[in-house]
Amino acid sequence: MPTPTDPETPVIEFVDVEKRFGDNIVLKDLNFSVRRGERVTLIGPSGSGKTTILRLVMTLEELTGGYIFVDGEPLTHREKDGKRVPVSAKEQKQLRTRIGMVFQQFNLFPNMTVLENIIEAPIHVLGQSKSEATAKAHSLLEQVGLPDKANEHPMSLSGGQQQRVAIARALAMDPEILLLDEVTSALDPEVVGDVLNILRTVADTTNVTMLIVTHEMSFARDVSHKVMMFDGGRVVEEGAPEKIFSDPTHERTKQFLSAVLRDA
Amino acid sequence: MITLTPLLTAQPAGDSSGPIWNWEFAVEIFPEILTAFIQVTLLVTVVGTIIAAILGLVIAILIRVLPTPLALIVRWAANFIRMTPIVVQLLVLYYGFTWMDPLLIGFIVFGIHYATYMSEVYRAGIESVPKGQWEATKALSMSAGRTWRRVVIPQALRSTIPSLGNYAISMFKDTPFLFVISVAEMVRVAQTIGAQTFRYTEAITIAGLIFLAASYPTALLINRLEKRLAYAN
Repeated sequence: MPTPTDPETPVIEFVDVEKRFGDNIVLKDLNFSVRRGERVTLIGPSGSGKTTILRLVMTLEELTGGYIFVDGEPLTHREKDGKRVPVSAKEQKQLRTRIGMVFQQFNLFPNMTVLENIIEAPIHVLGQSKSEATAKAHSLLEQVGLPDKANEHPMSLSGGQQQRVAIARALAMDPEILLLDEVTSALDPEVVGDVLNILRTVADTTNVTMLIVTHEMSFARDVSHKVMMFDGGRVVEEGAPEKIFSDPTHERTKQFLSAVLRDA
Repeated sequence: MITLTPLLTAQPAGDSSGPIWNWEFAVEIFPEILTAFIQVTLLVTVVGTIIAAILGLVIAILIRVLPTPLALIVRWAANFIRMTPIVVQLLVLYYGFTWMDPLLIGFIVFGIHYATYMSEVYRAGIESVPKGQWEATKALSMSAGRTWRRVVIPQALRSTIPSLGNYAISMFKDTPFLFVISVAEMVRVAQTIGAQTFRYTEAITIAGLIFLAASYPTALLINRLEKRLAYAN
């Protein structure tokens, strides 16, 4: 049934979600919901559809079947007279401004300074004044440990620094939902810890809902309330991180965890 | 070879007797040729380049943002203009719009003709902007206008500037075609001087050297700009 089912109105709800690329079905009959302030980590082998889920929430991929609700509102399609009809661009944008995303490849704008990267959307999307946005940007840069980099260009920063700027840029929009897509996968091993510590602090000090795809299992264990194990576009197993990591019940989860934990 | 012989030997009588190159005469006619260069050749090149650079970008963006059927029409029109000779386009406007000043026709034809070339350069530049940049603008809910203005165009331009410069030089070297619509551009002025004095060597050579003196440094400048852009970022 394509209406939000959880009485407490989840922040994100997937109802019968299906995603296919051509003939290739990546996600099928996917149902899950995320409560306000909940931090959910998606784990599983590559190609299992984890990143696709984040990209669907950010509307970077077209939803080919089913419904996604954000704060109880349909994100891409709604059911009307038994048919699946797309929501208006305006409605979608309204929801999208509540969602922030940090990418594996940072995706900072190389033609802008660090500060310009951070204040662009708060000013031109949220309508903040330049001074307000700038003050917030400086405090965020402080928070991510880069107080003196405001006027640098992204390309003059290391990967770890760029990713920290990208986190500041996403937080500057005051998102209700923060999507973290393998944010440490492109980083040198020695800076991974810095970036994860910043995200731990964000998790501890804010109530932002997080949907996380990562291969850093200790980070997943530390910050998440819930871990979902994916395989072949389906949820194989889900539960509290203590349960999933120490006592997985499903054979596929056991295999996956023993493989990634051996690598780590 | 036989057919070429008359051309080589047919030195006109009168003033043309004496040395092949007459310095005094060259100095005398130089200002007139240079004036034509500045007033017509350079003017058409500068105005034409400005029109082409702006219109080319508009065409490239339209092809990208318009719904498919309209985008196809724009693309088809651009191809049509690109695939027909500039001389024909000059003549069509010249005889079709007799009330139009020939110089104005020059601006329009050179501007539009080269816009269709430059739009291809812009297209490649736009396509070179990584997908992640578009995704970041979407994740930040940036409007389409801001996305183009602040993210895509600035990054697309970096790789296009050298090619745009080369097309500007091409346009510059195409300006003698203006003779077909009776615009007194430099080469035509030089030819007229030759016809009046029966001394072509100095006039045509000076025109050629002025072309070289203008386009060579420009090419060097573009080259340097290209290197600078490659190192920055």
